[in-house]
Amino acid sequence: MIAAHELVEQAIAAGRPGDQVVVIVDDTAHAHLRRAGEVTTSAAHVLDRQVHVVVTTPGGAAGVVSAGVVSAGGALDAAAVRDLVEAASILARRSTADVDPLPPADRPPASDWHEPAVTAPAGVLAGLAADLSGAARGFALHCYAEHEVRTTWLGTSSGVRRRHVQPSGVVELTARTATSSAWVGVDLPDLSDFNPHPLLDELQQRLGWGATRVDVASGRHEVLLPPSCTADLLKHLYRSAGGRDAADGRTAFSVPDGGTRLGERVAALPVTLRSDPAHKGLECDPFVVTRVSGADTSVADNGLALGPTNWITDGVLTALVHTRASARQAGDAFTPRIGNLVLEGPPGERSTLPEMIAATRNGLLLTSLWYLREVDTRALRLTGLTRDGVYVVRDGEVIGATDDFRFNESPLRLLDRITEIGPTSVTLPREPDDERPRTAMPPVRVADFSAVAARA
Amino acid sequence: MDHAFLALPLRRLADAALDRARRLGAHHAAVQVVRTRSGHLLLRNARTAASSDTARTGLSVRVFTARGRGFASTVELTAEAAADAVDRAWEVARSGSSPTSFSDEPVHHDAEWVSAYDVNPFDVPESDRAALLADWSTALLAAAPVSSVLAKCNATQENRFYADLAGTTTTQQNVRVHPQVLVAGVHPRTGVMRTLRSVGPPTARGWEYLGGDGWDWAGELAALPDQLAAKVGARPVEPGVHDLVIDASNLWLTIHESVGHATELDRALGHEISYAGTTFATPDLLGSLRYGSDLMTVTADRTAPHGMATTGFDDEGVAAQSWPLVERGVLTGFQSDRSTAAAVGAARSTGCSYAESASHVPLARMPNVSLAPAAGPCSTDDLISGVEDGIYLAGSDSWSIDATRSDFQFTAQRCHRIRAGRLAEPLAGVAYRSSTTEFWSSLARLGDESTVTAFGADLCGKGRPAQAAAASHSCPSALFTRVPVHHVGDAT
Repeated sequence: MIAAHELVEQAIAAGRPGDQVVVIVDDTAHAHLRRAGEVTTSAAHVLDRQVHVVVTTPGGAAGVVSAGVVSAGGALDAAAVRDLVEAASILARRSTADVDPLPPADRPPASDWHEPAVTAPAGVLAGLAADLSGAARGFALHCYAEHEVRTTWLGTSSGVRRRHVQPSGVVELTARTATSSAWVGVDLPDLSDFNPHPLLDELQQRLGWGATRVDVASGRHEVLLPPSCTADLLKHLYRSAGGRDAADGRTAFSVPDGGTRLGERVAALPVTLRSDPAHKGLECDPFVVTRVSGADTSVADNGLALGPTNWITDGVLTALVHTRASARQAGDAFTPRIGNLVLEGPPGERSTLPEMIAATRNGLLLTSLWYLREVDTRALRLTGLTRDGVYVVRDGEVIGATDDFRFNESPLRLLDRITEIGPTSVTLPREPDDERPRTAMPPVRVADFSAVAARA
Repeated sequence: MDHAFLALPLRRLADAALDRARRLGAHHAAVQVVRTRSGHLLLRNARTAASSDTARTGLSVRVFTARGRGFASTVELTAEAAADAVDRAWEVARSGSSPTSFSDEPVHHDAEWVSAYDVNPFDVPESDRAALLADWSTALLAAAPVSSVLAKCNATQENRFYADLAGTTTTQQNVRVHPQVLVAGVHPRTGVMRTLRSVGPPTARGWEYLGGDGWDWAGELAALPDQLAAKVGARPVEPGVHDLVIDASNLWLTIHESVGHATELDRALGHEISYAGTTFATPDLLGSLRYGSDLMTVTADRTAPHGMATTGFDDEGVAAQSWPLVERGVLTGFQSDRSTAAAVGAARSTGCSYAESASHVPLARMPNVSLAPAAGPCSTDDLISGVEDGIYLAGSDSWSIDATRSDFQFTAQRCHRIRAGRLAEPLAGVAYRSSTTEFWSSLARLGDESTVTAFGADLCGKGRPAQAAAASHSCPSALFTRVPVHHVGDAT
């Protein structure tokens, strides 16, 4: 198989005169293990290569600079690489899309540009499997573990040569008894950090709480959201934070007579929602890697450096997601999408989740949210359900579990109803998705959370 | 059949992999070479906003050993890489502790299958595809109250070669397309903005589909501006309990979520507990669970022409088939692959194994799942005329269902109040919410064959890592009585 950096150079060299070429190569080594009780239902090791070629040309069909994007998964030979570039060139000439010229290189080629892909051996999860085998403590233990290393090379005909290695991983455990279930999950890019015992302790505690059932009426309740639940809600907010869609009047960040809500206070407490590719423990691509243009991403921005971006600062909306083109059109700063998301309260001492429980007179402790779907894009209203444990807190103690419930809530309006915010930590949202921003979130106390009993 | 795919060294790769598995002592092994080409085109207000063309090719192997099962894949299509994949799958299988049983199945030698279509969408130049969507968009932009148009079309061609140690060898090709239009408009007086999506479904057809073969695109596009005008002027629904006439364009998704996923045998066995969840429909209830009213008969199928889950053979070499899931309101069947069939002592798999690509592990995926219409005559208008006070819903929108496939909530693209047997004012923010058996037990009347259309999902997610599959759902319009309705939209 052609070395990735050589493939990039071959593709750039194959571009037609006057065209610009972007080449992205992703080499991925992936392993996962899935178990239902003591039965292994899936165990895999995948070696994959994806190649994405973007050609921009001033000879587009509409007389503008346009782009063609062609991708291939597989071990391409030199002829296939040339074919890919030619196919992208043809698409670019037929396209009417208007794109920006590629950015020039703003730094020398990456020092590790010629290094091969970082990989992971087939048996990388063997130790974890051994740790979990027979680990259940009187309950059925279901597990999903995943370890992946993606090495990305991005080169452009304007001189950009960048390489990034992105390790990622998750361990999720679901424990069940005849009457109760509980879920915990951790973001775990480094398997050597895995210690099953704190997770098993947490599961055991929750199953213990679940042994007592407590009836709770439908209605509005004070709830405590652990970091994972906060992440599930806030990643929907981040996904809908496109600047162009907001300017077009399509989202909750639009104002009725045109324009956006930038500069508006959206949270009562001075919370900050931000992204930073260098955030410790949440490292992600430090430059724009756009394989296919989307509503708020552009292949023409590939290779541009990503830096810290505050989306909400001290409760005020300060940025929406922009491409260079949409930022210019809106008169906003260029604030591209970044692969992580952090929510924080103002500096100072904060109560932990156990301390927040202890300070609760009458409320519900949620542990995981499920099947969140937009029911009103303009209001960013989501419907969803609780899952695997809703616990009733009275006078500072968990007194038992109640049934799951459905809710219809907007994470944006919910931000404005946060009454207490705890310390921020790296967390794993329950619902995985394609974008999967890595997240660090706090536990939060929210007033008047709408809960309607599930119809079992 | 795609010549470029057939030109790959399919047999040589399979021989290398299966020889290696045989030498290692595998109980069973299978190799697949999968090539998936997908094209995506998006136009914003008649101008191309994004396009992509992706071809993904890879090889996967599955081995079954005394310790369990293992899967490995590679993008290198060489005999050495195929043998290495077997070694890695063998290594992975070592994390297991017991062998995996699987059903015995007939062997199919050198079988071929190609889905039914006339024009391969990848034979149509992208400029021609974009021009058609631009024409659609331009016409819509000229009609009030449309203020913006997103038009897109996804096209997919899958080629699969499968070979296993038992001697089955299959080569298949499947083509499908999914055009879609989203219009937005603003009420001239209130300033309320709402969007409306076309309901024309994804289908296993070729480019001829966009010309009207299988769906009246011209008719639907012509109707969108008036439908949007009604929607931007719609008033919020009064929450309560209502009789619902649900058009097939909405009901298919309820079938998909509350019957299709609920009758997956891997869920019932607890294999999806850690992610997708479980189901209230368990094997011990087969033949006794009252799923719905006597009118409810649901069939699983992988043979119907143009069904997106239609195939010749599944990803374990099992021939496509058709079987009942619910008969006259009683649970009578599940969807299985070879290992889940064996786990419940079934003699045969129902042939539901599928993997999105060679990088994904095959698992039991939903076939086409369809609700039978009424035998006697009954149009959608007949259903509406029989309702004194109710709501008519058309077009799928948002959906959410709990981890046992019971509590659900669905919304629609278009809703109207029914008064005295006639469609009345448009309604906004309508969400019907129920539990699966309660809802299907309220099925009071079915439309006839004339109301039946095959809708479907081409990006249904399942498994970890999540992978997509496509399935069609044919159904009639139907009347459901006394269904709880909530308001979930804006209050305007």
